[in-house]
Amino acid sequence: MSVAERETVDLATTPLRELNQRLHDLAGDAHGPRRWRITNPNGTHAVACGLDAELEVEIDGHVGYYCAGMNKTAIVRVHGNAGPGVAENMMSGRVEIDGDASQYAGATAHGGLLVVHGNTSSRCGISMKGVDICVRGDIGHLSAFMAQTGRLLVCGDAGEALGDSMYEARIYVRGEVAGLGADCIEKEMRPKHLADVAELIEQAGFDGVRPEEFRRYGSARQLYTFKIDNAGAY
Amino acid sequence: MTAWMEAALAAGWRPGEPDPALRESYLYDRTVIAEIQRAAREGIYDIRGFGAKRKLPHFDDLLFLGASMSRYPLEGYRERCDTTVTLGARFAKRPLELKIPVTIAGMSFGALSGPAKEALGRGASEVGTCTTTGDGGMTPEERGHSTQLVYQLLPSRYGMNPDDLRKADAIEVVVGQGAKPGGGGMLLGHKISDRVAKMRDLPKGIDQRSACRHPDWTGPDDLEIKIGELREITDWQKPIFVKVGAARPYYDVQLAVKAGADVVVVDGMQGGTAATQDVFIEHVGIPTLAAVRQAVDALQELDMHRTVQLVVSGGIRTGADVAKALALGADAVSIGVAAMIALGDNAPEHEQGYRKLGSAAGFYDDWQAGRDPAGISTQEPELAALFDPIAGGHRLANYLRVLTLECQTLARANGKSHVHNLDADDLVALTIEAAAMARVPLAGTDWIPGPGAF
Repeated sequence: MSVAERETVDLATTPLRELNQRLHDLAGDAHGPRRWRITNPNGTHAVACGLDAELEVEIDGHVGYYCAGMNKTAIVRVHGNAGPGVAENMMSGRVEIDGDASQYAGATAHGGLLVVHGNTSSRCGISMKGVDICVRGDIGHLSAFMAQTGRLLVCGDAGEALGDSMYEARIYVRGEVAGLGADCIEKEMRPKHLADVAELIEQAGFDGVRPEEFRRYGSARQLYTFKIDNAGAY
Repeated sequence: MTAWMEAALAAGWRPGEPDPALRESYLYDRTVIAEIQRAAREGIYDIRGFGAKRKLPHFDDLLFLGASMSRYPLEGYRERCDTTVTLGARFAKRPLELKIPVTIAGMSFGALSGPAKEALGRGASEVGTCTTTGDGGMTPEERGHSTQLVYQLLPSRYGMNPDDLRKADAIEVVVGQGAKPGGGGMLLGHKISDRVAKMRDLPKGIDQRSACRHPDWTGPDDLEIKIGELREITDWQKPIFVKVGAARPYYDVQLAVKAGADVVVVDGMQGGTAATQDVFIEHVGIPTLAAVRQAVDALQELDMHRTVQLVVSGGIRTGADVAKALALGADAVSIGVAAMIALGDNAPEHEQGYRKLGSAAGFYDDWQAGRDPAGISTQEPELAALFDPIAGGHRLANYLRVLTLECQTLARANGKSHVHNLDADDLVALTIEAAAMARVPLAGTDWIPGPGAF
């Protein structure tokens, strides 16, 4: 399909409700347009959230909160920055941000791939439940808080309290880590982890980074069951 | 037999009771002493289920006046007294239409067994009301057996997914619960079966901490945006409830309304829990009675009373509790602990089982432990199999019918053709505390204690 066949929606003139309804209606419609371009988002919240079809949605500009929230199967690319909670609770598909993402990027997401080419603010990957998150720049404090499963790859630095109270998620950081949260420790990079990182770099399409430059962080599993000796960690 | 015992027997004393010459301390009664001893032995706070056990001002401290010369009653059994409730007509395209003003509160699969969740759905559906999921996602049993199901969005987001969101009949954003306003949750490792673990994306057998704050919003301005996203995802079809624990209900209700809620649920401190620290249950939050009045004030001040519905929970046990909550301005009430008791929790036929656990029928509150002899608050397949979801569902339906009939009886006695026509003017208080909290006059007076009234 050529670019000319792309369905274009201008949010300066079309209400958000109309746009999202048209995108949602494609969940049960195999014949409607699959490629979409959204112009003039101007920081609108909840753009292209709740998608449930194999769509390609390009957004020209910055989006507000919860862009591509709860995404399933769709590919959403933001040519700009994203506000808080981008791709929150995503189930599958791919969400890609050319610029920076604010707080809670990929929060509680169960699957799919979130790629941020810039930096993210705090709490990136909070309570993540299976998603892969790849950040080309830095991530803020308390990222991967209570992260359950999935992988978080950070090419830059990580802020304070990385991986606090995390469970079985895997964190890979290339730069400096300002501090680890409760029960988060550095772990050995074994061959399977190098392969993990190589796969994530490949999926994200990041240039100029090599797997051996990353260090791995995960749960020490000391807080998995309550022990009074750990009371100081709570 | 000693002379003392002879005299004591004559005075009504019975063997087994403590010697009246042994004076128990009010400050250090046996419960307090036992708790100090337990804490010294175990080194960890007490986590338990149930709700607050302390004595609190409650609906029992209010009375209906009934009809008299100036108000005539409706004929019982013959003149209609409607009980229908619509929840969520403010913004949702498909509001909930309930036949009775009593709903089933959120209780998770995980805290409760699959068959117990099924029974809640069966019982509620039989009488035309809704059930609520809980922290742990939606199970097919529950969806299948509940004609109207409210899907909770909680901080943990365990099991949250857009398919279930679209399958739900309403969405409840849980900010807090009455048993622990400001607290998260904890499902202890021994209740984490393979199925529960899978639904929550966590390893089997570990303690599951549920966060106390939502992961992707903070404060009322964010909540408004979050609610906007949920409406967009579900194409503005589902009613959106906001549930708060009764901490500052006047402000919380106003903020929830401003954030765009269709329905606000206010859960008083008597509200139940499956697993919370005893210190939290007993010492945080305000009584349901006090919360209802503040919540109604908030709605009336915004001119949103009846436009945004108010659901009140926390210690609703009888049709009188239902009627009094409605008279104070609630649109519906919600039950959790009472629903579990109706299913069969704490039933005398399980006495031996409770004794083995160091408890007794009527006292069992170790819902966190997963060893429930009634098969309700457990994930052990053998225990869960002891519970019959069909019979349990019928018992719940019967109980819900009784609550409704009792509520109608009181409404007719006050001359009301719909339970929503009950009014605070129909009530008086038995205690100064209840009069001050509910802002109805002390019985036999026109005195409502409060600022400016002294």
